Amino acid sequence: MIPAEFEYARPRDVGEVLRILSEHAGDAKVLSGGYSLLPLLKLRLASPALVVDIGHVAGLDGIAEQDGELRIGARVTHARLAADADIAARYLVVHEAAGGIGDPQVRNWGTIGGSCAHADPSSDWPAVLIATRASLVCRSVKGDRTIAARDFFVDSFQTAIEPDELLVEIRIPTPAAGTASAYKKLERRAGDFATVGVAVQLHLGADGRIDHAGVGLTAVAETPFAATKAESQLVGAHPGPEIFRQAAEAAAEQSRPSEDRHGPVDYKRAMVAEMTGRALTAAAARLHPTA
Amino acid sequence: MSTRHVTVTVNGETREADVEPRLLLVHLLRDMFMLTGTHVGCDTSNCGACTVIVDGRSAKSCTMLAAQADGATITTIEGMAAGAALHPLQQAFWDQHGLQCGFCTPGMIMEASWLLGQNPDPTDQEVREGIAGNLCRCTGYVNIVKAVQAAAGEMRAKQDAAAEPAAAR
Repeated sequence: MIPAEFEYARPRDVGEVLRILSEHAGDAKVLSGGYSLLPLLKLRLASPALVVDIGHVAGLDGIAEQDGELRIGARVTHARLAADADIAARYLVVHEAAGGIGDPQVRNWGTIGGSCAHADPSSDWPAVLIATRASLVCRSVKGDRTIAARDFFVDSFQTAIEPDELLVEIRIPTPAAGTASAYKKLERRAGDFATVGVAVQLHLGADGRIDHAGVGLTAVAETPFAATKAESQLVGAHPGPEIFRQAAEAAAEQSRPSEDRHGPVDYKRAMVAEMTGRALTAAAARLHPTA
Repeated sequence: MSTRHVTVTVNGETREADVEPRLLLVHLLRDMFMLTGTHVGCDTSNCGACTVIVDGRSAKSCTMLAAQADGATITTIEGMAAGAALHPLQQAFWDQHGLQCGFCTPGMIMEASWLLGQNPDPTDQEVREGIAGNLCRCTGYVNIVKAVQAAAGEMRAKQDAAAEPAAAR
């Protein structure tokens, strides 16, 4: 399969990218790792006049903690996030999601920014960013906009990024002590997109009750979303099997899956409940590592 | 339509071409450089038959533009053997019957070479996860895993032998 014709630009710095995007807003596509965009180009589902390759742009590949946030450059690959020891120790939901994306070649080249900007309704990162209440920084010649993950993923393959903007950074709040998280994904075959993906993050207050809960779901609606009903059930409760069962059912109710080759609607709803329950149980076990 | 001049180092040799921006790396390798050992299988980023090493990372060359690879160092299956001496992975795939039709083999060997670079002594499960992006429709993978393990052992033994004289001094 051969993409339609396009012009190709390989800018060296973010300023040059932003200038190109402001001049070509609407008919340019940004190329990061390529594992989302190239298939679209080959299927001719996308046929931009200009492809802007940011593979050699400096300053978009950092991983650093700053001002109470983990700041991840948009060009950081899934493989780097999966292999990062600090992330494995302190941002387990990020570590678990990164290592399960696609296959090794996809993780070697695919980037967190590319995946978020592509916004496949079954992709893993959005669920994680929603559960952790992360934000995404979009930059244009006019300046920066910081957008909450919960407002960023608008619809299937649609985000809040404006045509003249570049997604430059993902910011995940550093979890307070007493926080635990998990990512659970049901996939039919190795390397498949999720049938259901669930990211959860829980924080336990001094009284032993959950005082913060984040639950992000992917692949079971037109876009990944926050299971807000499950979250409000969890807050104020002592962690345990009964409240987790109720929250899992609330998440299933709030999901809007569609029937496809992965299965019918009823099956997917049941799997939302099952995988949400597993993710909550896994996170809770990490809240009490010695119990 | 503009073309772009691309310079890459393939298997140690500098190669150049003028390409359309939409040309895929696999077609640069196969159709312009005549390195047809890299196969096009599914052409949809799934099967891994087109796997090559680009700047030290395994890549599906059907999912990369030739223009993206400009300036890169690339290794293909043709770069694995040293003259008539097969690479340990090639020898092990032969010895352990790690192939039947052979279509997936170049991609399997390239992915396995990347895997063993990351992890010289993998478990069987780690080998299976390492080749999760490469599909084989003949073998059921059992002999492929055996071949990768045999090659890993051979490569570790060679490494130890090479390190010994220095240690003895």
